[in-house]
Amino acid sequence: MSAPNAAPNAAAGAILPGVRWSLVRDLKIALRSRAELGVQLLFYVIVVSLFPLATTPERTLLATMGPGVLWVAALLASLLSLPRLFAGDHADGTLEQIALSPYPLEALVSGKILAHWLTTGLPVAVLAPLLGIQYAMDAESLIVLAAALLVGTPILSLLGAIGAALTLGLRAGGSLLALLILPLYVPVLIFGAGSVDAVRAGLGAGANLSLLGAGLLVAVVGAPFAAAAAVRIALD
Amino acid sequence: MLEALDLAARRGLAHLFTGLCFRVDPGQVLVVTGANGTGKTTLLRMLAGLSMPSHGEIRWQGKRVAPFATAVRAAIAFAGHLPALKDELTAEENLASLVALAGAPPAREAIRQALDAVALSRQRALPARVLSQGQRRRIGLARLAVLGRSFWVLDEPVTALDAAGTDLLARMVADHLERGGVAVAATHAPLGLPESRVRPLTLG
Amino acid sequence: MASLNWFKYASPVAFFPLAGRMIPWFSWAAAILTAVGLYIGLVMAPTDFQQGEAYRIIFIHVPTAWMSMFLYVVMACWSALALGFGTRLSAMMAQAIAPTGALMTFVALWTGAFWGRPTWGTYWAWDARMTSELILLFLYLGVIALRNAIDDPRRADRACAVLSLVGVVNIPIIYFSVKWWNTLHQGSSVSMTAAPQMAAIMVTGMLVMSFAAWFYAIAVVLARLRTIMIDRERGAAWVAGLPEVRNA
Repeated sequence: MSAPNAAPNAAAGAILPGVRWSLVRDLKIALRSRAELGVQLLFYVIVVSLFPLATTPERTLLATMGPGVLWVAALLASLLSLPRLFAGDHADGTLEQIALSPYPLEALVSGKILAHWLTTGLPVAVLAPLLGIQYAMDAESLIVLAAALLVGTPILSLLGAIGAALTLGLRAGGSLLALLILPLYVPVLIFGAGSVDAVRAGLGAGANLSLLGAGLLVAVVGAPFAAAAAVRIALD
Repeated sequence: MLEALDLAARRGLAHLFTGLCFRVDPGQVLVVTGANGTGKTTLLRMLAGLSMPSHGEIRWQGKRVAPFATAVRAAIAFAGHLPALKDELTAEENLASLVALAGAPPAREAIRQALDAVALSRQRALPARVLSQGQRRRIGLARLAVLGRSFWVLDEPVTALDAAGTDLLARMVADHLERGGVAVAATHAPLGLPESRVRPLTLG
Repeated sequence: MASLNWFKYASPVAFFPLAGRMIPWFSWAAAILTAVGLYIGLVMAPTDFQQGEAYRIIFIHVPTAWMSMFLYVVMACWSALALGFGTRLSAMMAQAIAPTGALMTFVALWTGAFWGRPTWGTYWAWDARMTSELILLFLYLGVIALRNAIDDPRRADRACAVLSLVGVVNIPIIYFSVKWWNTLHQGSSVSMTAAPQMAAIMVTGMLVMSFAAWFYAIAVVLARLRTIMIDRERGAAWVAGLPEVRNA
């Protein structure tokens, strides 16, 4: 049994294997609970369909509202699924094993966040253009909307992971998470939904998408550290 | 080698324990006993590096270690209250995944052999959801065997194990100590270890 | 020599009496400066030819808005110290600042609304600064809510510290995004916080009121800090020996 003793030292700085471990495992588990994934997407579709019922089916008004509604619903869908990011592992003792692993905790957390995005944000980004048709949005708007969601939803997962880790195991969990994270989501919402407005105003979505992209880079670099710190605090 | 100097833990305003000092040399096991609520789990989690003591220091191999220290994470196998198993994964997948987490992506044969050694060969392709508590605990034992780490921290390891399982655990701990490993165990079960290897510690 | 003195006061036991001695000084300074500042603002400053008498509310609105942002940064600094050095007093300072910061934000929002009504005909106009101020209030409330939700004081200290630091990094980003959104959608040039042409006397008045708000904040935060210290250290002998506690 001497070979396994050498491995932990090699794993100490290894980022990609750490990311891959939690990414593959979380995806495997998520795909085996397929019903859960379906429910999340169904929630998104229902929420988006509620707004016209509450306001008006008038096409020009819907077209104005469309990007905003699709984005806010994406935020809500993200918030709904975030508590589960760490709670499952926390409840069965896996989180302690993850924290004690020689792999960097930031890498393991990044893998979980990536798996979360692939199972929530990415499907939303793919589904939104289809729902945008309900809102009388034209093809150009729909393409820009999809692109903005593709760049923006990972940011939601990254920032949300910090909130999920901070509120691990707390009674008020879900609502508290929303209170903590929604203010931080505001820039993503503004630039994301604003991208469609910019295109309609003839300004092009370049500025918005660049800002979102920059935000994504900053979040990719910074959020795993904050989330890992929060996980360690929650395990204390 | 594990050392604790003047260790203290708080819960709210009260202290669970204060002024704890002990030393565990290679080949020895610290057996922690005490009534419920005296801080056994808290102490074990501190020694594993999961939480910070409110006072005092912990030393591993002579050097002071903070929570989540790299040196400890490379050497430790921690078995807490919960067996860290996923219901959706099979016994084999669970074991392979946990071993890979510790930095050693395992060969499939090694995993199968480990499950055979804990009498789970027929259950290896079953999802953990359908396994009994005792069987889940055995997967934990298999993990300890495959990892081969030098520092074992075991919190109530005989929970849900039957007589055969307890014997297996006792043998595994004895072998671990013989190889020069260090162990800390919170348990009331007699493990049948020679007295020279056991350092008892009673809390409360 | 100076560094020795600092660390002497880094323990709750030593800082408690020092804080107690500081509070009356800052309270009196705040009261006097408030009186002076309000005199300047309400009596001495001339009537604005655009906005009439209603503009005078900026003598409260602007100082509280500045303090709301300043206090968040100070809270974040103490949080950084608490995370970096693990000192309880730093964490207690951060804990003491949050409610006062939230109050300042709240007052800034209300006075802003009352300024907007007579001036622009509306209580709320979604302008960049007011909207950012509203989000700042949510950030403060989030820190306070997180503190209340966690029972273990040590975990609460560290979690709130992480949250404050994430917040302080995001505040400029949030402000930038809201300003960008606001300029894009600007129909009329409604800006609730566009300052009137500032006569020197008005600037003086606002500066005096800002210092008043600052000293008020220091006095209140120190008083709250002492209460927090008594509460969190109540098992300790030095707390049991305090006159306030013995006579309670």
